[in-house]
Amino acid sequence: MNDIIRAIESEQLKKDVPDFKPGDTVRLDVKVIEGTRERIQAFEGVVIKKRGAGINDIFTVRRVAYGVAVERIFPVHSPRLEKITVLRRGKVRRARLNYLKDRIGKSARIKDIRR
Amino acid sequence: MREMILGKKIGMTQIFDAEGKLIPVTVVEAGPCIVVQQKDTENDGYQAVKVGYGGIKEKNANKPHKGQFAKAGITPLRYLREVKVDDLSKYPLGHEIKADVFQPGDMVDVTGVSKGKGTQGVIKRHNFSRGPMAHGSRHHRKPGSIGALGPNRVFKGKKLPGHMGRDKITVQGLEIVKVDAEKNLLLIKGSVPGARKTLITIKKSVKS
Repeated sequence: MNDIIRAIESEQLKKDVPDFKPGDTVRLDVKVIEGTRERIQAFEGVVIKKRGAGINDIFTVRRVAYGVAVERIFPVHSPRLEKITVLRRGKVRRARLNYLKDRIGKSARIKDIRR
Repeated sequence: MREMILGKKIGMTQIFDAEGKLIPVTVVEAGPCIVVQQKDTENDGYQAVKVGYGGIKEKNANKPHKGQFAKAGITPLRYLREVKVDDLSKYPLGHEIKADVFQPGDMVDVTGVSKGKGTQGVIKRHNFSRGPMAHGSRHHRKPGSIGALGPNRVFKGKKLPGHMGRDKITVQGLEIVKVDAEKNLLLIKGSVPGARKTLITIKKSVKS
């Protein structure tokens, strides 16, 4: 990559991004803009996909709330993302957890990593 | 006068805007462009300035160009282009045009030479449709009929296979996202014609 482009990108990268992987349960503090007011809304769920690197690093979080599944895609370095907190480390055997979409209830659980 | 600057395409990346949206940008190293010659109505019949851009080794510089640079007392530059201006006194010899002629939010037209694609068929070159691939049509990627029998010739401008790309292309109405005059950088929203490192002309949009 060109040095100039790298400099432009590195300016925007966050330095305190925790290490997280597909299968992990995370809590995201998302900035929501309502007219002129800004407030923080939490979004909690399982990371099911992660792709890209640098400024293009993007991940998908899936959450099942009241029986309705919601998947949201965030750029890791987005200024709208106030904070990423890893709540649980999941033990999974693949990088894309699309199989979770077909499952409900007990079978949609992910085992924790034992340490 | 339409503000204008010469530059070099560096490449594309993404940037977060004030709202936190990720937008695609092309990074262009723009300027500094140095005024090499003034043209006035008396001598030349029109008002313009000739500007130079880009570093070049002394020995590689074009000889006729070298003479022009020597006359202006400037070290040789790679490219020379003319811009029409209203007021010549604003652009004395040696005046530097920098990236700060533009502000973020300005609309610009960007001209460059597109990437060469070599000889291409009508589907890629002119967006023709393909024939059926099966049932023995034997008409897969062909141009089809190229005209009536009557005129006994093919009309000029008929879309046929041939060389594609390496054309002068202008993209209108692109937005300037960020200006860094110190580093001579312009960030333009969207894509810009040409390969990396090619010469690019950025002008204030005719439609703005």
